[in-house]
Amino acid sequence: MGWKVKANDRAYHQLPEFQKKVFLCIKKSRYSGNAIKTYKYNALTFIPLNLYEQFKRVANVYFLALLILQIIPDITTLPWYTTLIPLVVVLGITAIKDLVDDLARHRMDKEINNRKTEVLLDGRSEHTQWRDVQVGDVVRLKKNDFIPADILMLSSSNPNSLCYVETAELDGETNLKFKMGLRVTDERLQGVHELADFDGLIECEEPNNRLDKFIGTMLWNRERYPLDLDNMLLRGCKIRNTDVCHGLVIFAGADTKIMKNGGKTRFKRTKIDELMNYMVYTIFALLVLVAAGLAIGHTFWYDQIGAKAWYLFDGKGYSASHRGFLSFWGYIIVLNTMVPISLYVSVEVIRLGQSKFINWDLQMYYADKDTPAKARTTTLNEQLGQIEYIFSDKTGTLTQNIMQFKKCTIAGRSYVVKQMEKADLSARVFQPVDWSWNRYADKMFQFMDHSLVATVRSGKDKDAMEFFKLLSLCHTVMVDEDMVYQAASPDEGALVTAARNFGYVFLNRTQDTITIQEGDKENSYEMLALLDFNSDRKRMSIILRFPDGRIRLYCKGADTVIYERLSAESKHTKSTQTALDIFANETLRTLCLCYKDISAGEYEAWERRHKEAQVVLADRDAALDRVYEDIEKNLMLIGATAIEDKLQDGVPETIAKLAKADIKIWVLTGDKKETAENIGYSCSLLTDDMQIHYGEDVKSVPLVHIQSAPPLHLVTYFFTYSGSYALQVNLNHLTHGPCVDFVDMACECEAVICCRVTPKQKANVVSLVKKYKKAVTLSIGDGANDVNMIKTADIGVGISGQEGMQAVMSSDYAFAQFRYLERLLLVHGRWSYIRMCKFLRFFFFKNFAFTLVHFWFSFFSGYSSQVNWFITLYNLCYSSLPVLLVGLLDQDVNDKLSLRFPKLYLPGQQGSLFNYKNFFISLFHGIFVSLIIFFIPYGAFLQTMGQDGEAPSDYQSFAVVTASSLIFIVNLQISLDTSYWTFVNCFAVLGSIAIYFGIMFDIHSAGIHVIFPAYFTFTGAASNALRQPYLWLTIVLTVGISLLPVICIQFLSKTIWPSVGDQVRSRRESTHIRRGHRRLSFSPRSSGQNERKTPVANGSHRQSDGTRTSS
Amino acid sequence: MQKKENQEVENRPDNTAFTQQRLPAWQPILSAGIVIPLFVLVGLAFIGIGVALFVTSRNLHVLEMDYTGVEKTSPCFSCSDPIKQKNCKCSLSFELDKLFEGPVFFYYGLTNYFQNQRAYGVSKDYNQLSGDLDYFTFFFSIVPDSTCKPYRYDVNNKPIVPCGSLANSMFNDTFNLYQMKNGVKEEVPLDGKGISWWTDYNIKYRNPSVNPLRNAFNGTVKPLYWSKPAYELDPTDTANNGFINQDFLVWMRRSALPNFRKLYRRITDGLPAGNYSLEISYNYPVIAFDGKKKVAFSNVSWMGGKNEFLGIAYLVIGSLCLVMSVVMLIIYHWRNSSPDAN
Repeated sequence: MGWKVKANDRAYHQLPEFQKKVFLCIKKSRYSGNAIKTYKYNALTFIPLNLYEQFKRVANVYFLALLILQIIPDITTLPWYTTLIPLVVVLGITAIKDLVDDLARHRMDKEINNRKTEVLLDGRSEHTQWRDVQVGDVVRLKKNDFIPADILMLSSSNPNSLCYVETAELDGETNLKFKMGLRVTDERLQGVHELADFDGLIECEEPNNRLDKFIGTMLWNRERYPLDLDNMLLRGCKIRNTDVCHGLVIFAGADTKIMKNGGKTRFKRTKIDELMNYMVYTIFALLVLVAAGLAIGHTFWYDQIGAKAWYLFDGKGYSASHRGFLSFWGYIIVLNTMVPISLYVSVEVIRLGQSKFINWDLQMYYADKDTPAKARTTTLNEQLGQIEYIFSDKTGTLTQNIMQFKKCTIAGRSYVVKQMEKADLSARVFQPVDWSWNRYADKMFQFMDHSLVATVRSGKDKDAMEFFKLLSLCHTVMVDEDMVYQAASPDEGALVTAARNFGYVFLNRTQDTITIQEGDKENSYEMLALLDFNSDRKRMSIILRFPDGRIRLYCKGADTVIYERLSAESKHTKSTQTALDIFANETLRTLCLCYKDISAGEYEAWERRHKEAQVVLADRDAALDRVYEDIEKNLMLIGATAIEDKLQDGVPETIAKLAKADIKIWVLTGDKKETAENIGYSCSLLTDDMQIHYGEDVKSVPLVHIQSAPPLHLVTYFFTYSGSYALQVNLNHLTHGPCVDFVDMACECEAVICCRVTPKQKANVVSLVKKYKKAVTLSIGDGANDVNMIKTADIGVGISGQEGMQAVMSSDYAFAQFRYLERLLLVHGRWSYIRMCKFLRFFFFKNFAFTLVHFWFSFFSGYSSQVNWFITLYNLCYSSLPVLLVGLLDQDVNDKLSLRFPKLYLPGQQGSLFNYKNFFISLFHGIFVSLIIFFIPYGAFLQTMGQDGEAPSDYQSFAVVTASSLIFIVNLQISLDTSYWTFVNCFAVLGSIAIYFGIMFDIHSAGIHVIFPAYFTFTGAASNALRQPYLWLTIVLTVGISLLPVICIQFLSKTIWPSVGDQVRSRRESTHIRRGHRRLSFSPRSSGQNERKTPVANGSHRQSDGTRTSS
Repeated sequence: MQKKENQEVENRPDNTAFTQQRLPAWQPILSAGIVIPLFVLVGLAFIGIGVALFVTSRNLHVLEMDYTGVEKTSPCFSCSDPIKQKNCKCSLSFELDKLFEGPVFFYYGLTNYFQNQRAYGVSKDYNQLSGDLDYFTFFFSIVPDSTCKPYRYDVNNKPIVPCGSLANSMFNDTFNLYQMKNGVKEEVPLDGKGISWWTDYNIKYRNPSVNPLRNAFNGTVKPLYWSKPAYELDPTDTANNGFINQDFLVWMRRSALPNFRKLYRRITDGLPAGNYSLEISYNYPVIAFDGKKKVAFSNVSWMGGKNEFLGIAYLVIGSLCLVMSVVMLIIYHWRNSSPDAN
């Protein structure tokens, strides 16, 4: 059943046939209301839903389970509050954060739903809130109104039922587009009464997310009228340059195309997160095994010894196996320190810190717009160090989205200015042209060749005049009252602006006239036909009747297609071709301009055919193309233009650098193929030694098409000889489908450019790669059309550029310039990854080492679990600070070296710094250290006495010795692992040891025991144990045995298998030494500072250049 | 112009060493020049310590004797039978060839005895033991501490003081040492003062400040396995009675491992060569759980009692360090001399 909408008939849409089942027998209209809902919670559901969400995290469930265990008296080995307090804090903070987010969403929704619009109800126009608009309503929209729903345009105050809209929120394009109502509705539905009586029935497609397609019919007065996208005003657009227009609501609220297009907000997690989760499962399994083993041990022990030991009688009368069962849970609690809650908290803290460092980074701060980089999510930083694929938007991301008319060639003569050289700056020749003679001139427009201006102004050179006349006439640009041009493509805007500056000012356009000012005269040209641009034709033409009656065709297009159609008499073809080649090498975008005079007879004959073709039903486009082809031949060449879409600063360097780091870059753009390719070259994504495959040329590529999607134009070329591939794809209709082949093929390529992609397709491409390559992806874009892909990728980066804030709002990281991506990935990403890996490895190690000492002790304590204050404090005070600081501050090599050696990025992509191998290494390291920590004191304590004859082998002294050894080992081990020693690290390591001894002596002091005799029972243990030299020697030996092998292994592996990082570091070391030798007066420190200052100096220099040239 | 710039840069991040991650730092590398000398030095130091420990330990004497009485030949065999009445006495004789230099420490030892069991170890009431009279009474089900179960109340709901398994199972064998001089027994003076930790004696354990001490224990019962109440542990000396009785303190400081020694007495002047007889009043049952009872005489040095483990361990690790430093040197040279090293 199609989608049926009846105008001015709200009851119609409530008919039973339009009901759908929602829940059991509750039915609801299938037409959504216009209110939108993006929030997650309301006042009632917040607590249960939020808790439910939070307990989806395994860790939280785990701690809840522990808490429950601890409450059971027979089992408990730790007081219940040791788990409850951290758990409540963690849950509480998360809940508050969620609440704040959701409140913001509530506010947004409310604001949007309460926007006002005018609805025609019962023959009157009423101001209504958006939420009350319904399908079938007729609405009246005024200038600069946001469109409240997807609306079929009925009539407009503009002639020809035109209506201009700005679609920036929808697709990121800032130029105006025009929409047209049906002629019949526009003519008959201008007044309120007519509109109120309108009773058309619209049948159309179901709501969907295709922004570029709409098909429907209108049944009115027993006639059928076809409807297409040109008749639709989509929600999210803004009415421009149109006083009033009327429309019929077809899709409302959640059914609108913009809402359908909004990808679901996904909870993003990093690979490390996932890995960490699996490791926590592994540890948990291990924990269960160990606890079970110890429980069995306890059962046997009790059977053999415990039951006979009268002194252990506890009057409970449990059987051995029951005791084993209880001790199992007891061990689960005690050994939970293998995965303490502090792990999760610390990870969050580290991520927060990394995000702050990103926000603080001066080198990612864009001074021109006063925009610092911003990490909008704090949970993804280490993923930045693992990126394998980058998906980039083109316009506004790689380029500045500012087109400039730079050069041209007219009648074989090139108006080209040599590269500006600094020495010549003062020379008169290199001053930009002064436009003061032209009142219409755009002051921002710069041109360097004075001779061209002179030629044009002199009015002697017919070709030059024709050249600019063509530019001012042959285009689809709109103009508003303030003489601001609205171009569908920035290129056209640039060309028309250029013509304007040269004295050919485009003033006005109606349905069939174009008015320009030529010199002092204003001339109107009758537009007979517009042969529009498309990517197959690669040209556009316009047929005009001149004021003097002549008929002339103007055509501009890509050189390849124009040259095929040139008349044999056309002059200057060779010289123009040479100029074109030169321009192309400078990565300028070129267009050839030509004209053709048409006799009246010829035109009439052609017009007939044209009219016929326009009404052909089947394959109308092809028919039109054939007709166009007939007239666009025997053209006379005038010249060619060269436009520059300036790349942002540093884009080619950045891309080259990222490519060296083995990151594959895909450019996804809505642009046409040529433009995309052009940019590909200029930003060194494509290089000359690559061969380019256009998707459409490869017929052999098997592609599976799902649904009724039209065939995919796959444009690809493969070149094997250089080993470098580049793939350029026109993803016309890549809907969701198992496009494995596409992904496989594309991933073979070094660079991929997809052109003519819609926002949804961008997201599809990203998710395809994610799905089939299991790779870490990053999307970067600046416009609303990139929102989907930004949300889909593992990491979304928004560029706060010309196109509003939508991309930034949905991104994870945002900054102002593409080039900062290099620093974000190669420096911050890499550091974050290395830091997080180091942190996790060490954290697991330290908790294994700590917990397993318990395990070994169990063998000698009848498998009973033991606990003291130390457990609570270990993770909190004694060992966490230094490792936290490593997680925050560590740098294996500094930022300059990270940037200079992109290969340093590779370990992150391979995930080689933290994986199961590292995990088990940490595990075995932990086991080894715990063995040492237990058995060295064990050997030393067995049957010995203290200096003064007392037996020091009591439980408390033993605990003091093992704990002290552990603290020394853990803190010295982290010192070994720290590669960037700041005073903070130093302070933390020494501080931790000091805090340990401080707290220990406090807890073991007389005073605290007198106050709380039942809680602090280690009175005097520390002082008694630590005055024995024998115990100190034991500690020294334990520490020595634990650390020396690690040093030895690290040294040997560095010597035998040096990693890239090691090489860079040792190279740096040796250059330092060499430099020091060579120039004694030259201290390496100051040189470092000098280098550091350079970029800042450069920046200001560039800035001053800019101001000078523009003034 | 200048002003405008200032306005525009309000979002500019601070340019400090910390925010820009340029804190002055030392980036050490484990280079050969550090690691190899380190290993040599550590190796030498460890060997030095090891030799010192080993030699010291060698010069110490330990005399250890089992008196459990499992075997029939054992002098205490008769006492080991649990059916026997209390206060069974047996004696152990031994001979010293040469002077046992003083001070000699006299220990009793138990094996297979799990003082480190958790439930056993926590089975005491610290408040009670620090002399707080509130914890001497039955007060609902809160005092004495519930960890004392099942040695918390007697059948009449009278609180046990000191409560708990640990106190209840206090070691109660006593020893007298005699030197046989020409067939005459001459008692060797045993010094029982200050054998417990200073902190235990002075801080952790306190008697209630009631005089006489026995009044504090009114309404309480002695631990089930004790032959006399706490206030009669040493009626001769108030400074060694009740909770601050040295033997009690030594017992309450539970051992870490299931085989342990506890200090019993000190023999300040040492033991001259000769024949000795140790008279034991055998009370403490250990055969039930396959335990052993021992006595030991030992003297100590700066490093404590005799234990060769640490000395040997130091020697082994020290030597390994030296070996590894040589290995590392070889590998380092091999690596650096090979042309394709980097």
